[in-house]
Amino acid sequence: MSTRIRESLGQEMVLTAAVAVVIVLLSLLPMLRLIKEIVAPGGTFSGMAIEAGLRSPATWIATWHTLVVGVGGTLLAVLSGTLVAVLVTLTDIRGRSALVLCYVMPLMIAPQVTALAWLQLFGPASPFLKLIGAAPPLGTKNPLYSTSGIILLLGVQYGPLVFLLVRAGLRKLPRELVEAARAGGAGWFTVLVTIVLPLMTPSIMAAAALAFVSCVGNFGIPAFLGIPANYLVLPTLIYQRLAGGGPAVLGEAAFLSVLIGVIAMAGILAQEVMSRRRDYRISSTSLPAEPYELGRWRPAVQAGMWLLIVVVLLLPLFGLVLASLVPGYGIALTAKTATLDNYRFVLFEHDAASRAFFNSFWLSIAAAFFAVLVAVPIGYLIAWGKQRWVRLLNLSVELPYALPGVVLAIASLLLFLRPIPLTGIQLYNTVWIILYAYLARFLVLALRPTISGYHQIDRALEEAAQVAGAGLFMRMRTIIFPLVAPAAIAGGLLIFMTALSELTVSALLWSSGSETIGVVMFSFEQGGDSNYAAAMSVITVAVTFVLMLVTNMLAAHLPSGVLPWRD
Amino acid sequence: MARLTLDHVTKSFADFDAVKDVSIDVGDGEFLAVLGPSGCGKTTLLRLVAGFEKVTSGEIRIGSEVVSGKGGSVAPEKRRVGIVFQNYALWPHMTVAENIGYSLKVAKLDKAVARQKVADALALVNLQGLGDRRPANLSGGQRQRVALARCLVAAPSLVLFDEPLANLDVHLRASMEDEFAAFHKRTGTTIVYITHDQAEAMALADRIAVMDHGRLAQLATPRELYHEPANEMVASFISQGILLPADVLSAEVAGHCKVRVLGTELLVRCRPGERPRAGARICCRSADLDVSPDGPGLDGLVKRVIYQGGAARIEFTSSAGPDLTLHFEQPDPVMLEVGAQARLCIKSGWLIPAAGVAS
Ligand SMILES: Nc1ncnc2c1ncn2[C@@H]1O[C@H](COP(=O)(O)OP(=O)(O)OP(=O)(O)O)[C@@H](O)[C@H]1O
Ligand SMILES: [Mg+2]
Repeated sequence: MSTRIRESLGQEMVLTAAVAVVIVLLSLLPMLRLIKEIVAPGGTFSGMAIEAGLRSPATWIATWHTLVVGVGGTLLAVLSGTLVAVLVTLTDIRGRSALVLCYVMPLMIAPQVTALAWLQLFGPASPFLKLIGAAPPLGTKNPLYSTSGIILLLGVQYGPLVFLLVRAGLRKLPRELVEAARAGGAGWFTVLVTIVLPLMTPSIMAAAALAFVSCVGNFGIPAFLGIPANYLVLPTLIYQRLAGGGPAVLGEAAFLSVLIGVIAMAGILAQEVMSRRRDYRISSTSLPAEPYELGRWRPAVQAGMWLLIVVVLLLPLFGLVLASLVPGYGIALTAKTATLDNYRFVLFEHDAASRAFFNSFWLSIAAAFFAVLVAVPIGYLIAWGKQRWVRLLNLSVELPYALPGVVLAIASLLLFLRPIPLTGIQLYNTVWIILYAYLARFLVLALRPTISGYHQIDRALEEAAQVAGAGLFMRMRTIIFPLVAPAAIAGGLLIFMTALSELTVSALLWSSGSETIGVVMFSFEQGGDSNYAAAMSVITVAVTFVLMLVTNMLAAHLPSGVLPWRD
Repeated sequence: MARLTLDHVTKSFADFDAVKDVSIDVGDGEFLAVLGPSGCGKTTLLRLVAGFEKVTSGEIRIGSEVVSGKGGSVAPEKRRVGIVFQNYALWPHMTVAENIGYSLKVAKLDKAVARQKVADALALVNLQGLGDRRPANLSGGQRQRVALARCLVAAPSLVLFDEPLANLDVHLRASMEDEFAAFHKRTGTTIVYITHDQAEAMALADRIAVMDHGRLAQLATPRELYHEPANEMVASFISQGILLPADVLSAEVAGHCKVRVLGTELLVRCRPGERPRAGARICCRSADLDVSPDGPGLDGLVKRVIYQGGAARIEFTSSAGPDLTLHFEQPDPVMLEVGAQARLCIKSGWLIPAAGVAS
């Protein structure tokens, strides 16, 4: 008897311990290492790094810029995302799922690809403007190389993020709360302003905090639009320092990355405070309110929505494809000049580019595969675990993803700059350090859907297996994994799509031989070879589209909300 | 105050008729209860009146104005109806006073006047001094009173209640029932009150509309509903009426006719103009049944005895109709036991009118 108790306890202990090890390695260790670098570089306590960082004027300028584009991008994202969410959710607009799919799309496209696409659309060399004969003369400055350009693109990139959260909130709004107001004599617009939006405050605030963190941590957009105009934000400042100074400036970079982390956290705290000020708890559940009838405004609103889709999605992608077909900078695109040479070049001729495709593919596959494997037991402990402390697990897995990618990249650098103690294995300057960072950063993307998968499963299924005598590992393999697999795998696919054209982390961690798609795209663009960068972008976007279609086939087996683009 | 008229109203969701050809006329100042089993379309009916749903066919008039019909639908905010929901639907982000004053604010009423009206409404529902509380800090009964005050403050011409007491405990229900009755008496507002609690409907309403599968089964006073149900559904739904097959033997004389039930003949009440027919049914109440060891009656078996404190509910099957269960109450001292032979006398009953005969 007692041996059997020991056996079942043992399996649970092993599982818990394994999960704890993974979490310590991937999430606590890098964060602690980063903090150590700030307060006690070289092992002794010192405020040197902080002082040096605070004294540099570049720090303050970049911080100011970060705040400006962060707040600006957040405002734009919140306004546009909320407006679209209200129109799509509360009115009788037609073609809802297609609208949602198209509007959420930019979220699945890497920021630097978005940036590149818009640059191709508006620059003096724009094949699109040339096509319609509206291109400014060569040498004119691209209007997107500016603060407002960065803010605009951040808004476009993260509007969908706000949209998703606010829409989820609106769907839970019980219809009685709206109807009571209408019976009280309030028209639709009054209801929207006095009832619906106030009740959505928590959703909107949460969305704003998330958008803010994403905006201040974004590297791709300010890198493509800001560096040429010498407009540096903290992530691009770190990149420039490291690119110029190497490991010698790591201490300063660490300080700057913590600064970004602090700004991001301040955003999240502000949201907490704002949401607590009033009672927004909706206690009853009911059907959602009847959609508002737009009546004769419907065609106009619908046309406006599709125009928005054309502007934020179709035109930029169109510009990107055109640019990838142009033989060289500034050449007009005609049936005669159109060529696939750029694709041939990046896929087969340019060494670093073809290496990058290889690297990014296997890195993404490895990160996705690992995350799926780990997400199942971690999700088990978080969703069904009996211990309280397990909930802390969730928080620590969220942290590397909640913090801007630059922070994790610097932490990884610090962690692996020197060979790993005892083993002497050197990760710095190899592709493995990128893999480590991907694992740490993206794990949560597989974990979230897995947890919601667990919440959908009747636990009695596991208990039935338990009664039948199956041990924990046996149940994991034969009952639990098959049940949550669709959700976990969908999470894995999300990771693959995100990691494939990732730039923020790899821009700081790459070395010769371990380039990623994002890195090579970035260096093409910086070297003026936008056409090659465009060709690479088109390939990654196409891969992403295909994967989205594949993932859609899983949709029937998934909890709702796992696939952001599905309505 | 206004009259409410539903004229052959039908509401379909896709191909399912939630409300089917319902005609009701609610008089000015009348208290109408709508009663029916779950899913029979009560809420839908109410939402049609409030304007949250559009009629598929038919017409709804408030006062003399057509609010829903072929010509379109008046928006809910233009109907001047008040509505109280089962789940209160108080806005959590506003205080009690703000909740109540909402419609006044929307109507851009002068602030001081509005404040006075809110205070009056709070006093009306006995919640003086709670204006600054948040809805989350109120008890269920208090919330329901706030919801009532919120709908009354705009002086609506018509007040709609959707199972307002369903979430409250038994004691609170009784006291809220009293308050609703007092409020109706005081204001004379026209009220449509939905409930699935018969006792509540009987206690409050001038008339009751019983609904069944989207149709109006009967519209009558509580007394008539109990004593003279128009069809089998109403007969069995109201107070668990007992339905027994019967053959009508004689034509109606002075409101009664002779029928044969389970082999015995008896006199039951009936509508004027009833004629002899076969395959009819009568409705008995448990009070109409009595044990009569000596006199004429139905012989049979006691199947169950459920003691209910002070009296027992006896379930009985007669040997003439073994698959019919008759139930009645026997006050203490309860003598009957399960399996005992007994003889039951049906003292009275009501002949259910033939289907298709208008009331
Ligand atoms: N929006 C809707 N779409 C489709 N069917 C609906 C809709 N609203 C109600 N129904 C259906 O109409 C029927 C009547 O619903 P209703 O809510 O009016 O019932 P009810 O009498 O209020 O029931 P309860 O006593 O349980 O509240 C139900 O079968 C319900 O499923
Ligand atoms: Mg109902």
